[in-house]
Amino acid sequence: MKKSVIVLILVIVLMAFIPLFALKDAEFGGSDDAGSQVVEEVDSGYEPWATPIFEQALGGELPGEVESLLFCIQTGIGVGIIAFVMGRFVERKKWTKDN
Amino acid sequence: MSKKQRNIIALTSAMALTFGLASNVGAMHIMEGYLPGGYCIGWGILCLPFLAAGFMSINKKLKEHRNLITLLAMSGAFVFVISSLKIPSVTGSCSHMTGTGLGAILFGPSAVSILGLIVLVFQAILLAHGGLTTIGANTFSMAIAGPFVSYGIWVICKKANINKKVAVFLAATLGDLFTYCVTAVQMAMAHHADTTIGAAMGKFLLVFAPTQVPLAIIEGIITVLIVMGLETYAKPELRSIGFLKEAK
Repeated sequence: MKKSVIVLILVIVLMAFIPLFALKDAEFGGSDDAGSQVVEEVDSGYEPWATPIFEQALGGELPGEVESLLFCIQTGIGVGIIAFVMGRFVERKKWTKDN
Repeated sequence: MSKKQRNIIALTSAMALTFGLASNVGAMHIMEGYLPGGYCIGWGILCLPFLAAGFMSINKKLKEHRNLITLLAMSGAFVFVISSLKIPSVTGSCSHMTGTGLGAILFGPSAVSILGLIVLVFQAILLAHGGLTTIGANTFSMAIAGPFVSYGIWVICKKANINKKVAVFLAATLGDLFTYCVTAVQMAMAHHADTTIGAAMGKFLLVFAPTQVPLAIIEGIITVLIVMGLETYAKPELRSIGFLKEAK
């Protein structure tokens, strides 16, 4: 059980990082960026008619660093909740017999 | 240079400026302003019955078993975490997973639509990722179509007596992949002015699907790990939700 968990986690890490090393020239932009290029290809007359609300309020681009901050906050909120709930479950199992 | 060519170049450079920086790190949701108004409204309306059903299903489950709020919070948090991680893929671009498979298996597909909507609103407003105008279409692909496929596969596997871990893996992986296929179809339906709808669909699929395959597999494995953890530590909740049989 423990071994298989470790192996599975290793597989995940490898799958996530091997492309980074295997494809040295790739840009690793977002696939929706690629999506907008396809829109350009198949529907060249189309012009996006709205911009993200946050960028409108800022009057421009969301700086890349700030965006990664916001994504970190999202991850953090999620991990916090999972860790809190999981921690409670683990302690409960330790202190109660019937489950 | 003809006028049309100039226009195209002007348009592409404008787009490169607008999207080049911000959505370089973005991933797969349909971007703000990238669906014509009619489609935005149409997809939005299509989502409403699912959201209503989801709301009622969550209410009912929580009324029956108050303790399920922990599992529900966890499924929601799982979507939060998973959909914020952008992972490099074999095609040389990044994409992120959906994380909706876990909730679909535990709470059923309609309940997940609510969780997914919360995440999408968060990302659309704060992260300039996805968008408020396209939220209907994004909700449909990520929070409705994907989870329904996950749930369907989960039910079929359970009936066929397939190993539980394999079933969880298949459900989460294929649900994730299907989300992106739906996104491709949605984009193709709105954008095929210069070609046929089939060709456009093929092009969008080629952009989204190969990138997503490894990520879908990763999501499958992560979901299996979480389910294994829950099976060890959250037996009472899994029993009241019907995931584990009322044993003993």
